Amino acid sequence: MNLSVQLGSLQMQNPVTVASGTFGYGVEYAQLLDLNRLGAVTVKGIRLNPVRGNPTPRTVEVTSGMLNAIGLQGPGVDGFIEKYWPFLRSLNVPTIINIWGTSVEEYAEVARRFDAVEGVGALELNVSCPNIKEGGAQFGTDVNLLRQVVSACRQATRLPLITKLSPNVPNIASFARAAAEAGSDALSVTNSVPAMAIDSETRRPRLANVTGGLTGPCIKPIALKLVWEAARAVRIPIVGMGGIQTATDAIEFLVAGATAVAVGTANFYEPQTAFQVLAGLQEYMERHRMTDVRELTGSLRAGP
Amino acid sequence: MIERTVQILANERVADQYFRLVLRAPEIAPLVQPGQFAHVRILRLKEALLRRPFSIFQVEGDTFSILYKQVGKGTEVLAQMAPGETLSAIAPLGKGFAVPPPGGETPLLVAGGYGMAAMYLLAKRSPQKGIVFVGGRRQVDILCADDFRELGWEVRIATEDGSLGSKGLVTQPLRAELERTTAGRRLYACGPTPMLRAVGLLAEEFRVPAELSMDEHMCCGVGVCLACVIRVKSGDGWEYQRTCTEGPVFDARQIVWEGQP
Ligand SMILES: Cc1cc2nc3c(=O)[nH]c(=O)nc-3n(C[C@H](O)[C@H](O)[C@H](O)COP(=O)(O)OP(=O)(O)OC[C@H]3O[C@@H](n4cnc5c(N)ncnc54)[C@H](O)[C@@H]3O)c2cc1C
Ligand SMILES: Cc1cc2nc3c(=O)[nH]c(=O)nc-3n(C[C@H](O)[C@H](O)[C@H](O)COP(=O)(O)O)c2cc1C
Ligand code: FES
Repeated sequence: MNLSVQLGSLQMQNPVTVASGTFGYGVEYAQLLDLNRLGAVTVKGIRLNPVRGNPTPRTVEVTSGMLNAIGLQGPGVDGFIEKYWPFLRSLNVPTIINIWGTSVEEYAEVARRFDAVEGVGALELNVSCPNIKEGGAQFGTDVNLLRQVVSACRQATRLPLITKLSPNVPNIASFARAAAEAGSDALSVTNSVPAMAIDSETRRPRLANVTGGLTGPCIKPIALKLVWEAARAVRIPIVGMGGIQTATDAIEFLVAGATAVAVGTANFYEPQTAFQVLAGLQEYMERHRMTDVRELTGSLRAGP
Repeated sequence: MIERTVQILANERVADQYFRLVLRAPEIAPLVQPGQFAHVRILRLKEALLRRPFSIFQVEGDTFSILYKQVGKGTEVLAQMAPGETLSAIAPLGKGFAVPPPGGETPLLVAGGYGMAAMYLLAKRSPQKGIVFVGGRRQVDILCADDFRELGWEVRIATEDGSLGSKGLVTQPLRAELERTTAGRRLYACGPTPMLRAVGLLAEEFRVPAELSMDEHMCCGVGVCLACVIRVKSGDGWEYQRTCTEGPVFDARQIVWEGQP
């Protein structure tokens, strides 16, 4: 049975990775999980300099999901390389580094810095974080800015580029195409969905940042449609994510057109989720007499 | 830190809204240090997905227990669970209290409500017996004082309505004790944030070291999500540190409180 997939020149032994921001820098889970069984480790978003992040409360639980407004707290490129890279480098599976910036130049600079680091698997361009005042989401909701960011990064590195699209656009197909044309090797679909929660007793927002990003099982139907639309618009592979907590969820994303999947919020309540997904996927393939996981990608049948 | 399915051995109401939950967890129990917590998934909760953090109260043989207050969705369902049912626990987590060495400092423990739970193992493992200051709104909020007395500790109680012990806040008898003497003493506190802050201020005023166990909302409990941060002094400024990983216990002098620059 073949489970391996490719995102550009990035080889994954299986199609299951984890979603940026839900798995720290990998090392935190090393005591609980055998990270070498993942398809890849995807780390929390990094920009050039250290970032403090938003005030608390940064998260709130909602029905079948949660909101977050972490504000991309992180150690910056140098801090990441010093503190976390030696460990990640020692793994047998590739690392996907999620990067962002507040200008096109910063994205390119971060990409250039990682281009010089030996052993990086791929860069995931976060153009869609809803929780940052400047930068973040605007790059993912303005198709021209998106094109500029991807082209600038393309020129800055030969590493595989995965552009992480925002769900908050009227027509994801045009964004998918823009990213592909600008040189992206793959897409991630989707980031968290802009949302808010209010405490009726106090009439205050539940997040210090007022609004945040909705994630978890409640966004799965939204994410599936976005993956399906993006997959029909481009030929580059897609990493599907949004509410995956079982193998069945993951298979739905593959059928909708994803080549790989990422487990996000589910890590918080069940760190074993990625492995459960992988085991369930193999069981499904046996049951459906499939020998290659790629047979599933985009295999949606017509009609209900 | 390990993740295990743990079986409920007992789940009994202690008083009012407070319950004591005993879990069979042979691999977790021996690892527990005072002040650490368990991150518990209540599988019956279908639409509220996140784990809930609870201090580890007592450890005995291959079991550990939790003292919890029924406050919301998760603890309501938990209160209905019966022996034989299972939960998932990731434990032990976090950096707990520093147990003083033999001949070292005498601990003064300060607790409010379920904060008592975090204190028990410290009292049990401390070579010096000290005093526990317990506060609560009413008599029913004063938990497990007898467990501490059985360890040979003195318990001083304060209730806001005066229904048990002295009337007022727990920091009043604590202040009286610190006025008597501070030599060779160390404060340890767990409870509501305003209480922790008041203890931190007393520690500063009397120049006694203090360790505070902070209560922040958590998602992952293991350091990956960055939900649970508090402001901690660093260089000439401050940085966010994770309550689940660098904490829950912090040196009181390091904490930058709400409203402080
Ligand atoms: C380190 C630590 C140790 C704790 N130890 C104990 C203990 O020994 N006994 C005990 O009764 N409680 C303890 N708590 C508080 C306990 O975690 C909450 O009471 C519990 O999560 C409430 O869950 P719920 O579903 O009933 O409430 P809901 O209000 O329905 O919960 C909604 C969300 O808010 C979170 N939440 C609500 N209140 C708190 C709170 N006070 N602290 C953190 N998260 C909260 C929940 O985890 C959940 O994600 C501790 C908290 C921390 C951080
Ligand atoms: C707490 C938290 C932090 C996140 N941080 C990032 C981040 O740094 N960069 C990024 O591209 N996406 C980030 N995300 C979005 C996830 O990678 C993922 O796209 C989203 O959560 C949807 O998947 P899920 O429903 O399985 O969680 C974050 C999500 C959560 C819940
Ligand atoms: S709860 Fe996730 S980092 Fe502390």
